[in-house]
Amino acid sequence: MSEHAITTFGPAKGNMLERRPLVSNQRSMGWITNHIAGMLEGKIPLWWWIALVLSAGVATLVPFQLMYLVGTGVGIWGSNQPVSWAWDITNFVFWIGIGHAGTLISAILFLTRQKWRTSINRAAEAMTIFAVICAGIFPAFHVGRVWMAWFLAPIPNANAIWPNFKSPLLWDVFAVSTYFTVSLIFWYIGLVPDLATIRDRATGKIRKWIYGFLALGWRGGNRQWRHYEKAYLILAGISTPLVLSVHSIVSFDFATSVIPGWHTTIFPPYFVAGAIFGGFAMVLTLMIPVRAIFGLEDMITRKHIDNMAKIVVMTGSIVGYAYLMELFIAWYSGNPNEWWAFLHNRVLPSAPYAWAYWSMMFCNVIAPQLFWFKACRTNVLAVWVIVQFPNIGMWFERFVIICTSLHRDFLPSSWGMFVPSINDILLFTGTFGLFLFLFLLFLRFLPAITIFEVKAVLPEADPHYHDPEAKPQHGAAH
Amino acid sequence: MILKRNPSTEPRTDMAGTLSKIHGIGAEFQNAQSLYEAAKKLKSAGFKRWDVYSPYPIHGMDAAMGLPNSKVSFFSLIGGICGATAAFFLIWYTGGVEYPMVVQGKPHFAFEPTFPVFFELTILLTAFFTVGSMFVLNFMPRFYHPVFNWDRFAKVTDDKFYAVIESSDPLFDEVGNKALLEELGGTEVTLIEE
Repeated sequence: MSEHAITTFGPAKGNMLERRPLVSNQRSMGWITNHIAGMLEGKIPLWWWIALVLSAGVATLVPFQLMYLVGTGVGIWGSNQPVSWAWDITNFVFWIGIGHAGTLISAILFLTRQKWRTSINRAAEAMTIFAVICAGIFPAFHVGRVWMAWFLAPIPNANAIWPNFKSPLLWDVFAVSTYFTVSLIFWYIGLVPDLATIRDRATGKIRKWIYGFLALGWRGGNRQWRHYEKAYLILAGISTPLVLSVHSIVSFDFATSVIPGWHTTIFPPYFVAGAIFGGFAMVLTLMIPVRAIFGLEDMITRKHIDNMAKIVVMTGSIVGYAYLMELFIAWYSGNPNEWWAFLHNRVLPSAPYAWAYWSMMFCNVIAPQLFWFKACRTNVLAVWVIVQFPNIGMWFERFVIICTSLHRDFLPSSWGMFVPSINDILLFTGTFGLFLFLFLLFLRFLPAITIFEVKAVLPEADPHYHDPEAKPQHGAAH
Repeated sequence: MILKRNPSTEPRTDMAGTLSKIHGIGAEFQNAQSLYEAAKKLKSAGFKRWDVYSPYPIHGMDAAMGLPNSKVSFFSLIGGICGATAAFFLIWYTGGVEYPMVVQGKPHFAFEPTFPVFFELTILLTAFFTVGSMFVLNFMPRFYHPVFNWDRFAKVTDDKFYAVIESSDPLFDEVGNKALLEELGGTEVTLIEE
């Protein structure tokens, strides 16, 4: 179809530029329902089974690795003095950061009335939840005796001791568990009207019963919608400071210590920007193939991809600024330890982890600058290739922060290099399998695009809309 | 005048042979515009127990129906206050009273080094109260509702719009309300059984 006419309604808008519609080709509400619900109805496609089996196979590394870890001890990892936090915390921060894009899309873009969020928020929120699940594995098991992890919760116990609420590590426990809980609630509340759609379309009795149970008896009455919308608005309002707090608190784990390279006040905003950057890269990594496979080009338009690419270049530039400012302050502060850590651990070619530092710089700061060019933002394949750099770069960022600072502390006699063990690598690989496995289940069993919100951004959804062509309504009585 | 009853054409009867009760009278609308206009008319006609059903929340419908602002935000505030209070008692009692211990040279109890815990618990309980109050105000979960007896109603989550006047409304009148709903552009006007 050719580029359709753009519908206008309401009073004449003078010389204002017309907005591109959020749903292309003037799709109707019925088409939207059929198309999105069709993704989880009918025969399961073969590619889904293949992908599911492959990802499940990789995901089995996680339970096997964890059993081995619990049975043997954290010594199976490469973490050791002086690098006592290594891939475990790197992977934790990497995964939790990926989750942030989902909450940003669902909460912050909701409050700022960015209506293009509607076709990507559901999948991004699902990604948040799965990423936080993957993230949670690492800190839970890195404590060593994981069966003692309940000591982190403020539960009366035989030792009569309580958690230390002044510790950033405990702040982390509260931040991550609150983040997971609130994200899950937010996601589920958003799902309820769409689950009702699936319920109303279901043909089998069991299917109708399951989706009916999950839809909680949703009827779509305006007396329900008004409470629903208010609750959704408030959840968005509280998720916004929450998402900013989570990665800030994660950064406090480092910033409140005295290790050179960690003890900086720039960490909270720098971590939050990096998290959103890495998260959007992952959203694009997942949604571009999903869009192609399910034919969602009319709902996730090029404009959506373009907007996300712009967010990637913006947050990537903030991250680049933070890297440079961190470096500048290391020199300007006059603290010899700080400057030495940057220069001799990271930046100079002779530094042992210079390769990691410069990989990070290239992937996070230089590669995304291609998105300044419209040709790069509108070519879907190019976008997919370019966002792989932030995916890799953001892992390197956490690795650089953690390992380069720890491997050489104040006492040169205790310096040492970090080498990951095979178990480090297998567990991290396993979390990717787990993430994809959960995402594939989500694609098949839950509506991957928010059906009711996409309908609400159609021009005819407005109660004051007048069809400019004024075709007679079919099926209407009068 | 006999109106069509759903789901079957035959009126349902219970064991005693009496007709099942009527929940209300419903009409189908083709778009948000006609539903919005109908809601304004129904409100000005003075109906009390009625609702409009749509696949998505219609902007401005609360005002058209004359509904006040939702009370959910009030309960959210209560939740936030409860969260902050719970955090205060948790941190103050465990660290300041029950097992005071000097850690990091900081006071047994102080706001500054424990602020993130206050913040997170405030958010957590606000979320619980928000969702909980939304469920209570919406009577959710409620798996059975008479409107589900109307076979056309399944399209409410697809692309159709409905208005239902309940039989408990003081102005309920099968014949008059049918004429009114049809006048407002409604089609498929149907009596819905309990």
